[in-house]
Amino acid sequence: MSETLLELQGLKKHFPVRGGAIIKHQVGNVHAVDGIDLTVGKGESVGLVGESGCGKSTTGRLAARLLEPTAGKILYEGRDISRSSRRQLKPIRSEIQMVFQDPYSSLNPRQTVGTIIRGPMEINGIEPEGGRKKRVQELLEIVGLNPEHYNRFPHEFSGGQRQRIGIARSLALNPKLIIADEPVSALDVSIQAQVVNLLQQLQRDLGIAFLFIAHDLAIVRHFSQRVAVMYLGKIVEVGDRQSIYERPRHPYTHALLSAVPEPDVSSEPRERIRLAGDVPSPINPPSGCRFRTRCWKAQEKCAQEEPPLLQLNGNREGHLTACHFPEAPTVHGDDVVLDPALV
Amino acid sequence: MTSPSSTATENGPDAGGSEAAATGSAATIVGRSPGQLMWRRFRRDRTGVIAAIVVLAFILIALLAPVISWAYGKNPNDYYGLNQPGLLNEYGYPILPNGGISGDFWFGLEPLVGRDVLTQLIYGIRTSITIALIVTVLSTVIGVTLGITSGYVGGKVDYAIGRVIDTLLSFPSQLFLIVLVPVVDAALVLPTQEPPTWLRFVSICIVLTVLGWATTARLLRAQVLSLREREFIESARVTGASPARIIFKELMPNLWTPIIIQATLALPLYVGAEAGLGFLGVGMPETIPDWGRMFQVGSNVYHSDVTYLLFPGVSMLIFVIAFNLLGDSIRDAFDPKAKR
Ligand SMILES: Nc1ncnc2c1ncn2[C@@H]1O[C@H](COP(=O)(O)OP(=O)(O)OP(=O)(O)O)[C@@H](O)[C@H]1O
Ligand code: SF4
Ligand SMILES: [Mg+2]
Repeated sequence: MSETLLELQGLKKHFPVRGGAIIKHQVGNVHAVDGIDLTVGKGESVGLVGESGCGKSTTGRLAARLLEPTAGKILYEGRDISRSSRRQLKPIRSEIQMVFQDPYSSLNPRQTVGTIIRGPMEINGIEPEGGRKKRVQELLEIVGLNPEHYNRFPHEFSGGQRQRIGIARSLALNPKLIIADEPVSALDVSIQAQVVNLLQQLQRDLGIAFLFIAHDLAIVRHFSQRVAVMYLGKIVEVGDRQSIYERPRHPYTHALLSAVPEPDVSSEPRERIRLAGDVPSPINPPSGCRFRTRCWKAQEKCAQEEPPLLQLNGNREGHLTACHFPEAPTVHGDDVVLDPALV
Repeated sequence: MTSPSSTATENGPDAGGSEAAATGSAATIVGRSPGQLMWRRFRRDRTGVIAAIVVLAFILIALLAPVISWAYGKNPNDYYGLNQPGLLNEYGYPILPNGGISGDFWFGLEPLVGRDVLTQLIYGIRTSITIALIVTVLSTVIGVTLGITSGYVGGKVDYAIGRVIDTLLSFPSQLFLIVLVPVVDAALVLPTQEPPTWLRFVSICIVLTVLGWATTARLLRAQVLSLREREFIESARVTGASPARIIFKELMPNLWTPIIIQATLALPLYVGAEAGLGFLGVGMPETIPDWGRMFQVGSNVYHSDVTYLLFPGVSMLIFVIAFNLLGDSIRDAFDPKAKR
């Protein structure tokens, strides 16, 4: 793997839960992110996948230092930025950017497209060659929008176009890392592919590293060189694309994959795995393995011991799985149950 | 790379954008800002335009009061009825019918003292609107500052400001107005001193402002709380924006709408409150013409001369209704989706 750009070490974020009828006091914690290790190399694209509420956005916000971690470290180019102040972060701010999920709330409705894209340059006092306006037009062209539209307002654009504006803004400072938090899940299916293609193009052409957050494995399949699967605040399996999609070991990865439509139409239809029950509450996560309440292979041991994230026998280097009783490295099994919720 | 023209195919379900994007020829490349759209909608609202004209007329009358009274040849302070025989009868009421309306005194004469009603009224409007404007500006500035601070900073600051707002809003404000005006009077000037004419003016402004900013602050706090969660604020923070930039460049442009709406709805309330003080005898003191005090005098004499009550009453009714209609129209124009 190439040189490390971003490294998350044992990262935790707990949100206090307040309760009490009369006097509010802390009654517990949401264990949104609960001990995550993950690296993103220079120019590498890493996918972070998991169900809603498993802590993906929180991880992304921690990495962008919009949040301060409860515990653990965030290293950027080897420097610990986990507790840096706004001033200390200043030089790094231009290098880590974010693309947001909701194209309607991620653009200020009272600013023109030009003002929005120029914002990061103004904040960081960057005066590009040929002026900021020229740079704005350049960026609009890069993301496939009419460069003459810089005077327009966000409400004059469609969802997909707005997302392109958000991407142009994230490119304004020539970042080294873009954290894309479900950048296409709010878009029409027909437009999703266009936007993903655009991001892929940028990753290749400009050598930008990506932490690409998604809630299903299909979107990141062609985009990410490495994929991490998250469940209830923890990474349960991580590995290169081929290992995750073709030789997954963790039962949860199997479940997620069974929900992904088969890219090859001619192949036999894949079985679908039914996940019993709901995601447990992150306020009070299950003991041992967090997936055990829904796992079809769970045994005594799973409740008592937390499975460490390890490289299993026969797995490639860097392919780590956290499971006491892993599945066979194949995507074809036989417990076929159709679950409409996962379609 | 996608060519610029291909973006046209992307006009998805976002109906608002497709209209402008579809007609986007080279000439119309400049986008219409939310402010411009608002102005267009407002101009189409006939009620709003008429209300605005009426409100403007009142403000012009207030501004031009000296000019009007000069052209009309009377002033609000002369006791015409006492100095000129033949205007008031032996009980002090106008001899002519309808409150003494005549070619000389268009709105009639004040019973008992015989001052000219028209100039009294326009100067009274001037006093009331001036106070209401000052209070609106002060309470808006204070309310906006504290509301944004409360919503943006959060934590203990928010808690403290929030409790003050709650307390102020739960006051029976009419009662406190009456009680507080003399208290502030006393606090500003020693009892042994001759009370200057500006004293009451300042006291009224202070008391109305103190009791008035909380509504604006609460509204702004709620607005900031909802805006703070939006991703464009996070996006600014990710690029390293300072809190000042976030407040002034990102939040403020989105707050002008509620601020303007709140101010247009508050101003007629302050006119009413100031008049209420005058009516209750803690308003502007005698010899300074005052809209509210005219009601007090009018209510004392209306058995014998109802005309004197009519002019301030009708004019205030028109003013308050027009201002409220204007406020509603502005709100509709700013936010066409909001249902009343
Ligand atoms: N500011 C916060 N205060 C309290 N709880 C929070 C906060 N932010 C997130 N959480 C909680 O942390 C957990 C993880 O949230 P997060 O937004 O990271 O999930 P996610 O994986 O991004 O989900 P989604 O797919 O719905 O976006 C959730 O249970 C959420 O309710
Ligand atoms: S550790 Fe046990 S419960 Fe957890 S995934 Fe593996 S088999 Fe299932
Ligand atoms: Mg999320």
